[in-house]
Amino acid sequence: MKDTIISVSNLSKVYQTGSVKTVALSDINLKVDKGDYVAIMGPSGSGKSTLMHILGALDTPTEGSYILDGEEVSKLTDDQLAEIRNQKIGFVFQAFNLLPRTSAIKNVILPMRYGNVAEEKRVEIATKYLKMVGLEDRMEHNSNQLSGGQQQRVAIARSLVMNPSIILADEPTGNIASAQAEEIMDIFKKLNKEGHTIVMITHEPDIAAHAKRVLTLKDGKILNDKRNN
Amino acid sequence: MTKEIIETIKESVGTLTLNKLRTGLAMLGIVIGIGSVIALLSLGQATQTQIQNQIQSLGANLLTVSPGAQSSGGVRGAAGGATTLTNADAVAIKTDPTITAIKNVSPEVSNRAQVATGQNNSNVQVVGATSAYFTVHKVDIDQGSLITDADDTNLRKVAVLGPQVVSDLFGAGSTPVGQSVRISGQTFIVVGTTVSKGGTGFFNQDNVVYVPLSTAQKQLFGQDYLSSISLEANNSDVMTQAQNQVGYLLLARHKLSDPTQADFTILSQADILNTATAATGVFTTLLAGIAAISLLVGGIGIMNIMLVTVTERIREIGLRKALGAKKRTIINQFLAEAVILTFIGGLIGIVLGIIISFVISRVANTLFVVSPTSVFLAILVSGGIGIVFGWYPAKRASDLQPIEALRYE
Repeated sequence: MKDTIISVSNLSKVYQTGSVKTVALSDINLKVDKGDYVAIMGPSGSGKSTLMHILGALDTPTEGSYILDGEEVSKLTDDQLAEIRNQKIGFVFQAFNLLPRTSAIKNVILPMRYGNVAEEKRVEIATKYLKMVGLEDRMEHNSNQLSGGQQQRVAIARSLVMNPSIILADEPTGNIASAQAEEIMDIFKKLNKEGHTIVMITHEPDIAAHAKRVLTLKDGKILNDKRNN
Repeated sequence: MTKEIIETIKESVGTLTLNKLRTGLAMLGIVIGIGSVIALLSLGQATQTQIQNQIQSLGANLLTVSPGAQSSGGVRGAAGGATTLTNADAVAIKTDPTITAIKNVSPEVSNRAQVATGQNNSNVQVVGATSAYFTVHKVDIDQGSLITDADDTNLRKVAVLGPQVVSDLFGAGSTPVGQSVRISGQTFIVVGTTVSKGGTGFFNQDNVVYVPLSTAQKQLFGQDYLSSISLEANNSDVMTQAQNQVGYLLLARHKLSDPTQADFTILSQADILNTATAATGVFTTLLAGIAAISLLVGGIGIMNIMLVTVTERIREIGLRKALGAKKRTIINQFLAEAVILTFIGGLIGIVLGIIISFVISRVANTLFVVSPTSVFLAILVSGGIGIVFGWYPAKRASDLQPIEALRYE
């Protein structure tokens, strides 16, 4: 029996614009075990981005509960959500979202600044993770001097520094050339082997094929949930 | 806590140096605002100090009795136009036993007259004076001698020239003692010249010719009344007492029972000083008000730039929030940027203001005064502007929802 890290029950999200109600997610039930590697697939409008935002504590559900690493997240205030994001979630975005004109190492240090990690430890930790993604010789380069693949590797290093419960990747290879995309997927595979829990959103089946488990969403519901062999 | 502040400041400085042109332009408004506050306040203060110095240089513990009504009551006669002060009044003030607070009495007549030498002529103030005049008004002799009591009793046609008159009629640096000048067509022998007391325009005490009082009354102006009587009190503590003693004596002598009906005015130097200080105070406040408007405009400029910055950095703010920045952290970051902008702008403004007031003091030949209070105030105000005008943009930044901010293109 493995530990459950994500537990979502009867979760729904409804957007209301004037008198028009749009159901983005309805009655989602989902458990993710520690150390799992889950890909969430689905066409646009299927609700996968909304699910990703709720799992990432960037948004709260209209109904239902979301327990992340033993903590109920669905009813928290903005500042409490900020703390959850800082402590328990490592984000990797499609557009990298590095600070412009700022060095790789400073980008990696940023979450530690908000997490009150002792100042003298920050450089050491950041260096460790930049080495891990193979960028030890690019640490002082500004983000705009790096290729797309390198920028995404910086972003992965940034997602790891707070030792999060889950790594949440939103189309991590969407903006990267295919050769470099393979490198990124290799890094995720390595991280998963080391015990990190990864939830990844993608619409490309060959990227989803790297995961251990593939969820398919359609019209705000889970259509399919299968394990890769 | 302090670590947090230092870190926020460091980060803000980093962000501000990323866009030097914009940072510079945002600062410019505050630089000009604070600079003009400092410069204008210094200018106002220099004017005030200078006027005070000039009034004080008229003589210490000075009281001036002028003919004409008090300013209270119905109709007021033009001061100096009346003929109610006489030589006998002056003698009475000097000799009456009830007058204990007065040291020196200087009866004076004064009129403008044409003064000429062979080649030059000039329209100057001619003052009929006794020897007491020079003590009361602290006028010092430069060459020759002053007007003596013997000159006065003997109606001698002698004159003492102010330095401005000397340079106008004889040329600067010349020695006119022993030569003659013509005052309103009558020949006077120059017996002395006075040391410059400075002053310009209305207060020019250098463009004066002194002649004996009796000569002036009988030979020049043909009048037996006085233009004014200047009095020197024993010390500054008895000014009011002296004013009262002289006032009651003159009321009795002029057979008036009601002080509001007095046909003379006694002004103490303190009264003149207060009036002048009040007037220049208004002037200084006015200047400060103008400067404050430019500060306000500078503050709005900061707010404008900060709002643009927030819009430009929506994605960055979204990312920071996604990575765990709380509302307060974002507010602090943007507030710190605004305060650092205004604070550094303020410091540059202070330096600029001091330089400007120094240049003005050199060009206009006035005093160079920079009050520490205005500098201190400027630092406080510039920091305050950062907080006030930085608050709204900072609040807007912190209220952004991370998802919308991350999606923003």
